[in-house]
Amino acid sequence: VTNLAQLARLIRSKNAGPFWLTFDIMFDSPENYLKVKKSGAIKREELARRFNLPHQEFRIYFCDNALAIKISIPRPVTQGDCGDSDGHGGQQYAPLMEIEIPDSGFPRGHFRRT
Amino acid sequence: VTLDQHADNPQEIRVLAATGVCGSGFLEETFERALALEPHVIGCDAGSTDPGPAYLGTGEAAFPRDAVKRDLRIMLKGARRLRIPLIVGSAGTAGGDPHLEWFKAILLEIAVEEDLAFRLAIIHAQQDRAFLERLYASNRIQPLDNAPSLDADAIARSKRIVGLMGAEPFIRALSAGAEVVLAGRATDTAIFAALPLSCGIPASVAWHAAKILECGAAAAERRRHPDCLFAWLRQDHFVVEPPNPTMRCTPQSVAAHALYENANPFHLVEPSGVLDISAASYVREGNRSVKVAGSRFRPTQLYTVKLEGVELAGYMAVLIGSVRDPFIIRQIDDWLARLKRRVRERVTLIYGEQVAAYRFDIRVYGRDGTMGRLEPVKKVSSHELAIVFEVTAASQQLANAVTGIVRHQALHLPIPEWDGMITAMAFPYGYLERGPVYRFNLNHVALPEDPYEMFPMELSEIEGKAIQDHQK
Repeated sequence: VTNLAQLARLIRSKNAGPFWLTFDIMFDSPENYLKVKKSGAIKREELARRFNLPHQEFRIYFCDNALAIKISIPRPVTQGDCGDSDGHGGQQYAPLMEIEIPDSGFPRGHFRRT
Repeated sequence: VTLDQHADNPQEIRVLAATGVCGSGFLEETFERALALEPHVIGCDAGSTDPGPAYLGTGEAAFPRDAVKRDLRIMLKGARRLRIPLIVGSAGTAGGDPHLEWFKAILLEIAVEEDLAFRLAIIHAQQDRAFLERLYASNRIQPLDNAPSLDADAIARSKRIVGLMGAEPFIRALSAGAEVVLAGRATDTAIFAALPLSCGIPASVAWHAAKILECGAAAAERRRHPDCLFAWLRQDHFVVEPPNPTMRCTPQSVAAHALYENANPFHLVEPSGVLDISAASYVREGNRSVKVAGSRFRPTQLYTVKLEGVELAGYMAVLIGSVRDPFIIRQIDDWLARLKRRVRERVTLIYGEQVAAYRFDIRVYGRDGTMGRLEPVKKVSSHELAIVFEVTAASQQLANAVTGIVRHQALHLPIPEWDGMITAMAFPYGYLERGPVYRFNLNHVALPEDPYEMFPMELSEIEGKAIQDHQK
């Protein structure tokens, strides 16, 4: 298996307005993008487990022309309200980095970055 | 402005985005290169909710005045030299009336200093509460996804509410001959879509190009610093290129930018309709440009104006401390729960239950300070923890007083491992007054009679140095 962070060019999070938080997972090559997309690893149950949220909260979009996967959730705390810890929503993506992508069908280590 | 007035190629409109947000900067050299490409309009976004609710609440701007003035001076001089319109939207971060006034003062200062004359349109976006209450009463304010609950009181409670104007108020200003349009809160895209739409560029091309332009060079492959972006809009496609020759757009960088800060990457909602970019194609043109085609714009039957509002959450005092004792760290949850109870007891004793309503938030850095309840890692493995205590109350005085109690209780709250008086926390200094804190309280759209009624316009002739003479 390979971690998502090793396959993606960029994993980021950001506000989408004060009430939504959005994650972008971006790839350099169609190979890596399709490997992740086809693996089925980016699914609501997996995300729910990694973020302590009900799976219904997650909306997942596969953007083939941008080689990107977008995930959006309602913000747990409205941006800037008492108790909000991340005004720009920029540091919420770390749990995505370790999602495991099975290597099946590809030579072992082929996509591994160092 | 009509197509005929830009006669060299009536099928093409050229748009220059100076930078992502006025005050964040761009290279003057890049801007000059872009002017040589003969844009028909210069646009610049000047605001966002991203810096938080405080700016809409206080009326202040997030970017320094001198930084805004620097960017604005270069844009204004360039626009006047080429005799093309300059459009600035979401003035002063939050786009309310005080923000617009602040920005206008900077603009007039530059007009005097550079002796520039132009017709100015000011478009207001701050909303009258009585007007919104009438809309609410007639069911013409509706919630978006994940909206806080709204009642008539929420409008009355709001410190300030703005509406995000669409392209129409900008087009009206351009039709009135405005050479500089300074607008309150607007959709980022309306700033860039307005002139192309008024010149007959199809809505699908105009809005999609606007979405790519609104953040300036952010759509380039590697944006090392904020800078300009340029687009050529034609009947069935647009081409986008960074005028800075060291940057380039790639099909992927442009496609990816459409994702930025949107919850839904395929549908972008504007007041007059929805841009659907799910079938868009992005094709490399030359080394640094990308040709974009294939998006759709579906006009909506109802014209919707998104509202942004804030209300006072209270007054906050903040205390920062840390712990190093492993005995305390291993029982930190329990220790903080005991601290909360102790503080509650002390405050009730002093002020009584009724008077002393306050909110007490504790952030533990080294545990889940960044992610809060989203944090999946439960084990604390740090040898020290930073703890931020925040007390929010109806008055600054009460917030300060409770924070004083927190400090003293935290300092000496015992743990079973040690006998005798301990000093349990390190405080680098005393509490800090944060002052009034605000919260966003609207995620709603208004359904006005027409695209203009919420956005009144003032036209005036600005006469360069003569402004100063009048004032003498």
